[in-house]
Amino acid sequence: MIAIIDYHMSNLFSVRNALEYLGIDSEITSDVTKIMTAKGAILPGVGAFAEAMKHLKSLDLIQPIKDFVDSGKPFMGICLGLQLLLSESEEFGYTDGLGIVEGKVEKFENHENIRIVPHVGWNSVQKKNKMKRDIGIDPLSEVESGEYFYFVHSYYVKPVNEGDICTTTRYSSLEFCSSILMGNLFASQFHPEKSGEIGLKILKNFFRKREV
Amino acid sequence: MLVVSIIEMSLACRIIPRLDIKGPNLVKGVHLEGLRVLGKPEDFAKYYYEQGADELFYQDVVASLYGRNSLHELISKTAKAIFIPLTVGGGIRTIDDIKNALRSGADKVSINTSAIENPDLIKKASNVFGKSTIVVAIEAIKQPEGHYLAFTDNGRNYTGVEVTKWAKNTEELGAGEIVLTSVDKEGTGLGFDAELIKMVAEVVSIPVVVHGGAGKLEHLAQIFSSRTEISGVSIASILHYDYIKKYKDLDGYESEGNIDFLRSNKSMSHIHSTNLVNIKKHLISRNINCRIVHDN
Repeated sequence: MIAIIDYHMSNLFSVRNALEYLGIDSEITSDVTKIMTAKGAILPGVGAFAEAMKHLKSLDLIQPIKDFVDSGKPFMGICLGLQLLLSESEEFGYTDGLGIVEGKVEKFENHENIRIVPHVGWNSVQKKNKMKRDIGIDPLSEVESGEYFYFVHSYYVKPVNEGDICTTTRYSSLEFCSSILMGNLFASQFHPEKSGEIGLKILKNFFRKREV
Repeated sequence: MLVVSIIEMSLACRIIPRLDIKGPNLVKGVHLEGLRVLGKPEDFAKYYYEQGADELFYQDVVASLYGRNSLHELISKTAKAIFIPLTVGGGIRTIDDIKNALRSGADKVSINTSAIENPDLIKKASNVFGKSTIVVAIEAIKQPEGHYLAFTDNGRNYTGVEVTKWAKNTEELGAGEIVLTSVDKEGTGLGFDAELIKMVAEVVSIPVVVHGGAGKLEHLAQIFSSRTEISGVSIASILHYDYIKKYKDLDGYESEGNIDFLRSNKSMSHIHSTNLVNIKKHLISRNINCRIVHDN
């Protein structure tokens, strides 16, 4: 069972629908025990960073998330779920994130060549070659550079360690990090559950049963 | 085989099929004729998804309380089989309506009447559900004096609200996106209203999707090639008739409504029906960045 972490920030059902379509058993839950005993976990999310951190705090989910990532079981962050992993966000002054990935979350609005915000629609990803990938847990095994995924966001992540960056994407003149991969932790700015068949492939390959 | 786009990698234009829904049916309004029933929306939706639709837009054109259940069922069915963003509009009046639409499986909601009557709804909804969830639909009709006014109820209700002022206002209130319809052009196949589009796109810095008037491939290429920065197009007539020509088995369909039109295989004279694959091929040939779906 894959735990879809419910911290009251929407878009849970589309993730569940996608997993169900793939025949992967999942449960939407905020229950710490259920989450910790799950075979994998997803942190989805749409909305404001600060609000999300507040919810995670009040639901006592912060440490469980960190523990889950440490457990080595597959953990996927989507959209806001990626941003929350970072150390801090530019939103409303500076707000602390989970600090699992070193780096910051910044606003598109502050970038000089970007006029239209949010960044909405299909954009392509470039896979970074210097990625060291765990054998057997490559969510992008069926994804080639140039594939399009669905984005909708006003902020983007800036990881400090280049080695954490899995894919980049270009919006106007800015090349930003569109996904990170750190061992069992994969998180994308784009929505795999809304990116058609290619997105489903990412979910399938990340949560499939691994050969022992 | 992956065909890597020769165009520089960046945000693609969005082609969004728009389906007008009445109860369980896909319909299309025809000038002076009312609504024609075209078939089952889930069939069209699946076809469009497979052909590379970037998103789907369902507009409930009746939007009465009685129709809500079948709409939610349709949304739910769609969300379980079609994995691209779905926007739902028509009769969405309250925070609860939005919540219900999202729970059923919609990713975004489109509001028009309720937003003009109570602009504060945009702010509240944006705060509760996230800005990117809230789309404001603007239906524009050109006035004799040259300016454009926003209407509601498929262009029937006068509001007196000027379009560019309203567009700017919706952005300030927290709308994530605008869907701009030219009521004058809709269903005519005579092309988009470039003047209207430029006027609105220039005063907002949120994505604008345009709707109303597409009749042939060239219209789509033109609107994306123009200097005006638009995020996507919402199209209906140009796609629906193509699907019908190809796939409709009309046996036993009499009870659904006026099907003489369907039988005759004729479409509106200005509409050169086509499909999404052809549309995207054409756009790529014109150096317009878009996403192609490949057979696996």
